[in-house]
Amino acid sequence: MNKEELKAMVAQMLRDMGQHSGSAAPAQSHSDGAVDDLSKIDLRKQYLVENPANGPAFLALKAKTPARIGVGRAGARYKTVTLLRFRADHAAAQDSVFSQVPESFYKSNDLVYVKTKCEDKDEYLTRPDLGRRFDEKNQAIIKETCGQHPKVLLVIGDGLSSAAIEANAMDCARAIRQGLSAYGIELGKTLFIQYCRVGASDHIGSLTDAELVCMLVGERPGLVTAESMSAYLTYNPRIGVPESARTVVSNIHRQGTPAVEAGAHIASLIRQMLEKKCSGVAFRQGVGQ
Amino acid sequence: MERALLSVGLDIGTSTTQMVLSRLTVENKASAFAVPDLAITDREIVYRSAIHFTPLRSDTVIDAEAIQAIVDEEYRKAGIEKSAIETGAVIITGETARKDNARQVLSALSGYAGEFVVATAGPDLEGILAARGAGCDEYSREHDTAVLNFDIGGGTANGCLFDRGRCVDTGCLNVGGRLIKLDESHRITYISPVLDGLTTLSVGQTVTEADLQPVADRLTEALEEAAGLRPRTELSRKLTTNRLPAVPETAPVLSFSGGVADMIYTEAPPPWDAFGDMGVILGRTIARSPLLQGPHIRPKETIRATVVGAGSHATTLSGSTIAYEGVDFPLKNLPVLSLTAEETAGTPQAVAQTVEKKLRWFWDDGEPSPVVLAFPGQHSPDFQTVERLAEGLLSGLAPLQQAGLPLLVAVTADMAKALGQAMLCRMAQPRHLLCMDGLTMETGMYLDIGSPVGSALPVVVKTLLFDR
Repeated sequence: MNKEELKAMVAQMLRDMGQHSGSAAPAQSHSDGAVDDLSKIDLRKQYLVENPANGPAFLALKAKTPARIGVGRAGARYKTVTLLRFRADHAAAQDSVFSQVPESFYKSNDLVYVKTKCEDKDEYLTRPDLGRRFDEKNQAIIKETCGQHPKVLLVIGDGLSSAAIEANAMDCARAIRQGLSAYGIELGKTLFIQYCRVGASDHIGSLTDAELVCMLVGERPGLVTAESMSAYLTYNPRIGVPESARTVVSNIHRQGTPAVEAGAHIASLIRQMLEKKCSGVAFRQGVGQ
Repeated sequence: MERALLSVGLDIGTSTTQMVLSRLTVENKASAFAVPDLAITDREIVYRSAIHFTPLRSDTVIDAEAIQAIVDEEYRKAGIEKSAIETGAVIITGETARKDNARQVLSALSGYAGEFVVATAGPDLEGILAARGAGCDEYSREHDTAVLNFDIGGGTANGCLFDRGRCVDTGCLNVGGRLIKLDESHRITYISPVLDGLTTLSVGQTVTEADLQPVADRLTEALEEAAGLRPRTELSRKLTTNRLPAVPETAPVLSFSGGVADMIYTEAPPPWDAFGDMGVILGRTIARSPLLQGPHIRPKETIRATVVGAGSHATTLSGSTIAYEGVDFPLKNLPVLSLTAEETAGTPQAVAQTVEKKLRWFWDDGEPSPVVLAFPGQHSPDFQTVERLAEGLLSGLAPLQQAGLPLLVAVTADMAKALGQAMLCRMAQPRHLLCMDGLTMETGMYLDIGSPVGSALPVVVKTLLFDR
């Protein structure tokens, strides 16, 4: 069977499925043989069980979770649409790890580019230690851009999802900058770090003697979304600080915490951390939030 | 983190006055690694007062001092200091709300019962609070069905329809147990004017059980019409207080609360003249009527439903990411000005013009007065959208700022902290701003806002209160 035949067969199966179960995704096959993008369907609104006892009640539950439940079955197996969607989401997650944040992203947003000691994605994935440190050339750029003893540094790292950074980082960063400005704290230039691990914050702290580093970084993608971003806040970041000294705000994406609102929240966290002079577990206990 | 809020509910009804104290538990539902999401996760009633007859000086004047004495006595019995109360609601329900001095009684008591205790009245809110207090919202959510509750007191029957946990409509009828009152020799001492044309009975006349039955029959028929069990006629229209709830598409589960409900659900009703009114007869008539032939439940609260609703369900929480500066809590009786999504989606100039124009609706003699600007907002907006909106709102609200009044903004979508910060960094000192989210309101509502609980604000929305 060649590729074209396979495509046609899948399209036919999806069409059949659409006819048999009213609630199934109507997958349209276009004249060029392409089928509709399954990943565009909102899983929280898709319910595939045939002849349910109470479909609307199940849909009301589904609205609260992105889990793949209420997917019906074909014999003992998933329906084709469920299987294909799973594979599509898995592919998107993998793509997000292996693709690069484009040069135009950091150039157009006036970010200063630096790179960790990793040479490429493969090295980044296999050598976490190198993703936390900079070579001398990049150290010089960091020192020149950030100066000495800055109060707060905002940096953006690609991390494990370039899609997350492209979708959220700038809206979130602008909201952080604005929020801090409302509290009377002005930020300098923002770094963009390629092949970045969270621990790179510590090296930056050691190089600049920053009081606090806030890093926006792409999260390891999952099957729910490939666009989830986290912010890691480290007070007094220095090489060797324990992970318990970091505060994280995770799940920043469209279906989670909206990027702009997360940025506003992060700005107020930063202000409180500067007051309490701590982050991580110590901060949580101190503030009791 | 867990935090308890002590809340008081005080219900001054046509026939009875009651008080409850509730402990509301506020918890952060979000994980430690996410933005906080505070919610009221538990409502425990810690004290129920005795059921007092509402003290009246005359047919039309509530005895405010006697009510204060009841409140004092109940706080003492509960062993709780008034100063420990952080939120709650005082409501005057049913016919009592029409009494001459209801407004003064409300405002005197709301300050007296605790610092942030709000005064409310209005059949819509009562109906909703009673249905929530009776547990109908919970039943409707858990059983995935529609529940129509009538809270039948002395003067009115407040209807509230919940569908799968959401309040979808309210309505109110002049149907109650004390529309006719008798003395011990069965002589009529009072007939409510709402019965004009429905009965030929008159004050002074001595009556038997059989004489009152036709009135109870008519009132029950009106309820059947309101519940959609028979076509609506002039009868239910004539007995409508403000409006009737919409006829539900599918027959809802019926539920009854209020004092008359106890006469509906009891196996052994007391003698017909036990309370010197027609409540027992009305309850028995409803129990035999088609209202209880179809699907129905006995709610978990009956006569105390309204007061439990006022104590445990009047307070809601704003969203957990909000912004405020230079605001003195609590804020009380703030009128709401609502704008549509379209009105707030335009250029900063267009937004400013709309805001400034509508703001003047609330001005007294051209004097600016505080108002809460409410609008839906946008899900996950980009940063430029927030900036544009902040600029538009600030320039539209400039007259308030110049008058030294706080700028008060409430959006539905989760964006208040970003919007608030955008406004703050464009304002000159001293800045007085409150920007919160998670609230849906309409023009005509009033808002009370208490001191922050964690990162959220306790809020009581008065008059119509529909779910998000």
